[in-house]
Amino acid sequence: MRVGVITFPGTLDDRDAARAVVVGGAEAVSLWHGDADLKSVDAVVLPGGFSYGDYLRCGAISRFAPVMQLVIEAANKGMPVLGICNGFQVLCESHLLPGALTRNADLHFLCRDQEIQIVNNSTPWTNSFKQGEQIVIPLKNGEGSFQCDDQTLAMLEGEGRVIARYVGENPNGSRNLIAGITNAKGNVVGLMPHPEHAINELTGPSAQGLGFFTSILNAMVK
Amino acid sequence: MALDTVAIAQTTPDNSQPFAELGLKPDEYARIKEILGRRPTSSELAMYSVMWSEHCSYKSSKVHLKQFGEKASKSDALLVGIGENAGVVDVGQGYAVTFKIESHNHPSFVEPYQGAATGIGGIVRDILTMGARPIAVMDPLRFGPADAPDTRRVLPGIIAGIGGYGNCLGLPNIGGEVTFDETYAGNPLVNALCVGVMKHSDIKLAKAAGAGNLVVLYGAKTGGDGIGGVSVLASETFGAGGSTKRPSVQVGDPFVEKVLIECSLEIFAEDLVVGIQDLGGAGLSCATSELASGGSGGMKVQLDKVPLRDPSLSPEEILMSESQERMCAIVEPNKIARFLDICKKWDVTVTVIGEVTDGKHLEITWNGELIVDVPPRTVAHDGPVYNRPLAQPEYINQVNSQRVNVPIPVTAAEIKAAVLKLAAAPNLADKSWVTSQYDKYVQGNTIQSQPDDSGMVRIDETTHLGVAISTDANANWSYLNPYQGAKLALAEAARNIATAGARPLAVTNCLNFGSPEDPGVMWQFAESVRGLADGCLEMGLPVTGGNVSFYNQTGSVAILPTPVIGVLGVIQDVRTRTPMSFIQAGLDLYLLGETHEDLAGSEWAFLHNQRVGQSPDADLQREMRLIELLLEGNSFFAAAHDLSQGGLSAGLTEMVLRHKVGVTITLDNAGIGLISETPGRVLVAIDPSHAARLESLASKHLIAITKLGTTGGDSLTINDAVILLSELSTAHTSTFPKLFG
Amino acid sequence: MAKIVVDVMLKPEILDPQGNAVADALPRLGFKFATSVRQGKRFEIEIDGEPTPAQLAEVEKAAEVLLSNPVIENYVVRVEK
Repeated sequence: MRVGVITFPGTLDDRDAARAVVVGGAEAVSLWHGDADLKSVDAVVLPGGFSYGDYLRCGAISRFAPVMQLVIEAANKGMPVLGICNGFQVLCESHLLPGALTRNADLHFLCRDQEIQIVNNSTPWTNSFKQGEQIVIPLKNGEGSFQCDDQTLAMLEGEGRVIARYVGENPNGSRNLIAGITNAKGNVVGLMPHPEHAINELTGPSAQGLGFFTSILNAMVK
Repeated sequence: MALDTVAIAQTTPDNSQPFAELGLKPDEYARIKEILGRRPTSSELAMYSVMWSEHCSYKSSKVHLKQFGEKASKSDALLVGIGENAGVVDVGQGYAVTFKIESHNHPSFVEPYQGAATGIGGIVRDILTMGARPIAVMDPLRFGPADAPDTRRVLPGIIAGIGGYGNCLGLPNIGGEVTFDETYAGNPLVNALCVGVMKHSDIKLAKAAGAGNLVVLYGAKTGGDGIGGVSVLASETFGAGGSTKRPSVQVGDPFVEKVLIECSLEIFAEDLVVGIQDLGGAGLSCATSELASGGSGGMKVQLDKVPLRDPSLSPEEILMSESQERMCAIVEPNKIARFLDICKKWDVTVTVIGEVTDGKHLEITWNGELIVDVPPRTVAHDGPVYNRPLAQPEYINQVNSQRVNVPIPVTAAEIKAAVLKLAAAPNLADKSWVTSQYDKYVQGNTIQSQPDDSGMVRIDETTHLGVAISTDANANWSYLNPYQGAKLALAEAARNIATAGARPLAVTNCLNFGSPEDPGVMWQFAESVRGLADGCLEMGLPVTGGNVSFYNQTGSVAILPTPVIGVLGVIQDVRTRTPMSFIQAGLDLYLLGETHEDLAGSEWAFLHNQRVGQSPDADLQREMRLIELLLEGNSFFAAAHDLSQGGLSAGLTEMVLRHKVGVTITLDNAGIGLISETPGRVLVAIDPSHAARLESLASKHLIAITKLGTTGGDSLTINDAVILLSELSTAHTSTFPKLFG
Repeated sequence: MAKIVVDVMLKPEILDPQGNAVADALPRLGFKFATSVRQGKRFEIEIDGEPTPAQLAEVEKAAEVLLSNPVIENYVVRVEK
């Protein structure tokens, strides 16, 4: 099982995502933004960071990278894609996911151990969680407020496309405490908090983030 | 435009030059003329003036700082000592770690966000330029009174700047300090530390060796950042109406630096550079003269090749520019193609601007005309050395002869009130408001970060080798006794490393003082350096480098002497580290070390406006025995936490609130016991089955030991004072949100 | 040479915390005139000569695809005299 991890200029958590992929049991394949080459991977992770320094808007420039053209095509054909934090922002700018991520409501960058609830465990990235399972993984961003219009919100909720919600106080002003969503096909997932930083208790608040990276193996086995 | 060239300078010896406006004394100007055998060109004048400034030449501190080299115990671990961009130590398994702390105080007062941001940028580049991947940052910060309007102006901007730049670079912030004192009103201290790791073979030095090798400038384009006073030369050259606006503040772009880091590390991995230097203070002037000095001395630079953001810059301004995110490398001709390729991959601007020669001079041309022709050592290293007068200030005897006059809590109600008061004090309160603006997770190797005693990072994912770092200072003690204050800060930082089970290995320092032209301040500085040097010798810890920041004062009032000491240590396996606090009930809680009535310089005294008394005396032999005890006990300690500001009261508060598990203790002479700040004390929690083992260790290392009580419950109970954790938590965590929103 | 300006603002229904922060800060400084403040971005694009309709159409397209995020932002293109 080969999982591609994309590096854009300014990407920060690519090595951490690759580590999580490996600990989860797959092979991590490094993908360069400038190469239109997915190297025959079975799934793709867009990691966190500040690609292009968050110039213009987070993910706005990364979205036009040569590799993204292939990611969009592959995603439309059903390839599993996980966008974490900045990766989620790139997926929204690419229109693979609806809505947009905006500035945290209190204007501060926020790094905290965040409790979230997995509310859709049918995607290739969440199938190893129990429906409704609560986990603690790091949240660390300045632009994590998920926004969309009422129609989009109704659609996401109505179609069960919210995959994770913040538990407790809303950390950033996201509508309906949305921490992660999926597309209509269910293969593209965007998640604001960072599961790759919760793969063991030595370096993270828990090992509960690993589920995202073991799920993808289950999905491939099927 | 009249370009001032060497040829012109030779024929116009009597031209008046604005050396005083550039900060040079008449005798220094005369010396430059003597060195060159003629008057300097305006470019040369600009170079000498900035490189001979206090900030770059350390002219007031050199005579004192050489003690670090003279009094250093021979340490096999020291791979690169003082004099390079940062010190490097061997941490085992073929790894070398480089770390350094620097100040960016004045710019942060002017423009808090950018001042702090570029402070981080600068120290990170210093680490990168040694050949290392930067792996973490720390930020000891000091502000005026917490509730002062100007603090509300500078603090949020500084925190946002450190976070904004450091987070975007992908560097976890693993610790720091936030201290408030009216002494820093008008002079906030922004000290930034960076640590990096590499293999021994990767170490890079700043030397231009090998005639024919190329001088390559890469990174951001050059603009008019930070030129400041040099613009007086520009107007000289341009005449009226020539110059555009020159920003006095440096503006950083962390994205450019992140890309610079990745590009540089790829370049290093392919062994493409002979020498490298980052462009920090004094920009190109510094980089070229230092690189040339580090080599055989000969270098030719074509200044007109420097890529510019602002085409109106004069040569003098280009030489002085402090535009951020730039590096200068020496590259062999057969490697330049690959070097350029890697820069292209990362979209980094790169230009060959010169070459190393076998001459003895640094020669800089502008469109073919020679505008600088100097022996580089005279610019970079042979600056003036001052032996400034020093005199013990009158206040010393006055304060040392007075006794601290503070109320001592006695009754249960008073004890409880004192604990809550200390818990809520801005200097001791929970700092999550600050630290939650920093990414502590990126790179996935952070083992400890705020509020732990030290920051700890794993450097090998297979062997779990790790390093721990702590930065500490106690300006109150340094004020009362600068010699002891420096030793005590050193001891505290080393102790903070040892509580987690790491062995202290090396030292860096950031010395923040007032004006060196004030003999009293100079005395404080000299005593602090003497104390630190003596302390390092006694403890066998080499000083690997550091930074001096003078002129931190408002008018004639200097800040309290604030030497910040950073200690780095090594832990063989981070999985064996001792955490700062406990999660189980039923553990025994002990206090290691004796408590005396040490109230002078304490937080309790500070809260009662008492700034008199005598500081404790550092007992470094005892501190070293305590460190050995901590390292040996690491294998069975459940938790260990250093006591410092706020004494036992703060230590207990921090321990119980970490995981919300209380303690019940009995304490004789509880009032003094809780508020005293006797150094050399640690709280330790152990499973009761290890009691004999602990007592035996204590007796082996001759450390006093007192059993305080047991862990568990939902309160901090001291004798009959019961403080619910919920109440304690509210007091501890409300302060910062209330102050800063 | 002409200057084309593209003003980008968040859609009215989108939370604008930066605008709110400014609105809160104004009265603290004694400025009481504002009932609300919204913060946006302004792009100044220089072109040679006077803008043709074709060029303006291109700028509109660029505004739609890159300069703004149509999910949350509106834009207005105008030529500055």
